[in-house]
Amino acid sequence: MQVSKTRYAQLTEGLKPEEMLINMGPQHPSTHGVLRLELITDGEIVNEVIPHMGYLHRCFEKHCENLTYQQIIPFVDRMDYLASMNNDHAFVMGVERMMGIDKDIPKRIEYIRVLVCELNRISSHLIAIGTYGIDIGAYTPFLWCFRDREHIMNMLEWASGSRMLYNYIWVGGLFYDLPVGFEERCREFIGYFKPKLTELNQLLTDNQIFIGRTAGIGVLPLDVAINYGCSGPMLRGSGLKWDLRRVDEYSVYPELEFEIPVGSGEMGKTGDCWDRYKIRTDEIAESIRIIEQCLDRLQKELKRSPEFDPRAKLPKKIIPKEQDFYIRAENPKGELGYYFICDGKTEIPKRVKARAPSFNNLSVLPEISRGVLIADLVAILGSIDIVLGEVDR
Amino acid sequence: MDFNEIKDLLTDKFGPAVITNVETNGLQPALQIDPELIVQVCEELRDNNNTWFDFLSCLSAVDHGLEKNQFEVVYHLASIPHKKQLVLKTTKYHDRNIGTLPNFHSVSEVWRTAEWHEREAFDLFGIYFEGNPDLRRILLPDDWEGYPLRKDYIAAEEYKGIKIN
Repeated sequence: MQVSKTRYAQLTEGLKPEEMLINMGPQHPSTHGVLRLELITDGEIVNEVIPHMGYLHRCFEKHCENLTYQQIIPFVDRMDYLASMNNDHAFVMGVERMMGIDKDIPKRIEYIRVLVCELNRISSHLIAIGTYGIDIGAYTPFLWCFRDREHIMNMLEWASGSRMLYNYIWVGGLFYDLPVGFEERCREFIGYFKPKLTELNQLLTDNQIFIGRTAGIGVLPLDVAINYGCSGPMLRGSGLKWDLRRVDEYSVYPELEFEIPVGSGEMGKTGDCWDRYKIRTDEIAESIRIIEQCLDRLQKELKRSPEFDPRAKLPKKIIPKEQDFYIRAENPKGELGYYFICDGKTEIPKRVKARAPSFNNLSVLPEISRGVLIADLVAILGSIDIVLGEVDR
Repeated sequence: MDFNEIKDLLTDKFGPAVITNVETNGLQPALQIDPELIVQVCEELRDNNNTWFDFLSCLSAVDHGLEKNQFEVVYHLASIPHKKQLVLKTTKYHDRNIGTLPNFHSVSEVWRTAEWHEREAFDLFGIYFEGNPDLRRILLPDDWEGYPLRKDYIAAEEYKGIKIN
């Protein structure tokens, strides 16, 4: 077999005299976890970026070879640990479709799932925005975002018993019904949070220094974004209206009203860092709308009743018939997919592969950061919003 | 274009031998493609106005166990303008001889996102993708021995003198 030199070898072996190799990470605070970027620099200019990951690899797919579907859910939580509910929702939806029970799930359960997922989406975006501010040098938004996120964490802890890794959505139902008074407290939170979002926008979104650091930086053209498999805010930031909640119309999203924000190059060029950032703030506002609609229904026609048992539809044994199936869903970071292969005999899947949105979004980084300043590289990486738990799995 | 029309399109263009099998047992039907023609098929599906599969959602490798000794690569394509999805598969027999690796053609020229997916498949399954410009390990250390997701893999007991448990 003819093995030619890899691109990595060509890049790192043929350094010019003025070029220098710098390691950024894996312990660098602005790499958002244990990501190592190998930079080939010429002074302050980045000529090439080579990402190295795997420091957080926990053999998710290997573990899945020995676990039943229900036992995999806690592992799924730990992939994108900032949006565990969304991970669970996608996984559970896939198993339910294979079992053919996705149409039998009671409406109240579906609405609770969407409610907690959207709460989790807000908290994930708050982290993205807060840490993005701190990457660029704005300290206050970080503290504000974490303060507001803590309210969501407390609510979800109240429902599931855990602060971040919930294991709340189960195949065929839920762990428990929402605790009594959850809907009221959630409404109270929304009332509190709406003015805070306006404040956050005044502090960061329209901040001239912030715009100066992000507008026109790291422009991702739409064709490149599609070719590199970017999804979520990355793809929408480049101007494409593509949201799987609308495209695939899963769960109860067709019954809910919300807009899909897209980037328009308002401050610089379409697909720059500011656009990607703005998509996230707009999505928080849309998630608030979804949550309000869910609460309306959960308090009126789908009100809690003593007979309601969220575990009533749980299958005794989860054995899907022999097939393979790919499920995709819209996570805060983008398209999360699971590829299942079932043999139709056991409760253990033959193979589960996770298609992580951060993994694909990160792969475009070398392409859009050639020739930028090192300080701008930090801005670009922050705008991608990666979670290393998901990149490395 | 629905599934059968795509099937006809491919057999018209590349001859009847291009599709070796059609799997329809699950919710998502899949086409088994001749591994030698996979790059041309993917290019056609991407560039044809009626299919326009411009988005590679996922590329997965599968080891079909010690009896069959078959390695499979599964492509999940999505078309953004047509809002359609398609599953392609290619299979090759390999006797698990350590000296060689199962050899597939890389589609990283068709969709750049395939490059990292193929690196992952190389890392965990030991599948060689001919034409991938940067085929290195991606998740495991560069000097890791063996391919952990293969069915005949025996879990390592230590790495550089550090016990694994």
